[in-house]
Amino acid sequence: MPDTAHQEYDLLSVQNEDFDVAYEYAQLRENNSQDGAIVFFSGLVRDFNQGNDVTGLFLEHYPAMTEKALEKIIVQAKERWPINRVRLIHRVGQLYLSDQIVFVGVSSSHREAAFEACHFIMDYLKKQAPFWKKETTKKGDWWVESLEKDQKALDKWQKDE
Amino acid sequence: MINIVFFAQLREQLKCDQLKLDIPTPCKVSDVQQAIVNENPQWAQYLTDRALMCAVNQDMVQSDTMVNAGSEVAFFPPVTGG
Repeated sequence: MPDTAHQEYDLLSVQNEDFDVAYEYAQLRENNSQDGAIVFFSGLVRDFNQGNDVTGLFLEHYPAMTEKALEKIIVQAKERWPINRVRLIHRVGQLYLSDQIVFVGVSSSHREAAFEACHFIMDYLKKQAPFWKKETTKKGDWWVESLEKDQKALDKWQKDE
Repeated sequence: MINIVFFAQLREQLKCDQLKLDIPTPCKVSDVQQAIVNENPQWAQYLTDRALMCAVNQDMVQSDTMVNAGSEVAFFPPVTGG
C-alpha cells in the first residue's frame, strides 16, 4: 500500500472540542490491511493532583508553536519506528473532571513499534509541546508544576538511542 | 526589533503578554533576557528563573541561541500538557 493511503488518515489537531475515541480508532483501521496493531492512549482530567481536590483545569497553549512542536515529535517517532498512521489530538481551553484531554493513536504492522511509538509521543509531548495546565480547585486556582518524573521518562528514550 | 511573548504563569507574574524590544541583532537569547530585565527591573526575579524555557520563531532553544531582527522570542515556564 503506498504511503499516501496512510497519510490521508494522519491527523494532528489542537482543538477546544471533545473527540470520539471510536471514530479515531476507526480511522486508524479503515482501508488498512497492512497494519496488525493499533495502540492508543487517552488522557483525562482526574480529581486529584499535587494534593488538592481538583474541579477542572484550563489548558493554555502557544498557538503559533503548538502544532509545529507536535509535528516534530511525530516526525521523530516515524523516523524511529516503522509506524504507518498517527492521530494526535490535544484539547485546549476549559475542561472539567473526566473530560478527555489528549489522544494519541498509532498503527503499525507489529505491536512493538505501535506500543513504543505511542509511549514516546506522549512522553515527548509532556516535555516539549507548549501547553500549560492551570487547575481549578476548591482552595483556588494554580498552575500545575512540571514533574521530574516526566523528564526522567524522556531521558529513558534518549539512553535507548 | 524583536517581538517578545510570555505565557502561562510567567505572563501572569509580569502582567504582560507581549512587548517589542529594540536591541542590536544578532544577539543571544540571554542578551534578550537581560535587555528585558534592564528595561523592567521589577521583572528580574521572574525572568532569571533558571527553569524558564525559551523558543525562537516557535522552536525550543537554549539561552546561547542567536536571535535575528524580526524574530519572535517566547519565554515560558516548563510545559505541563498531556
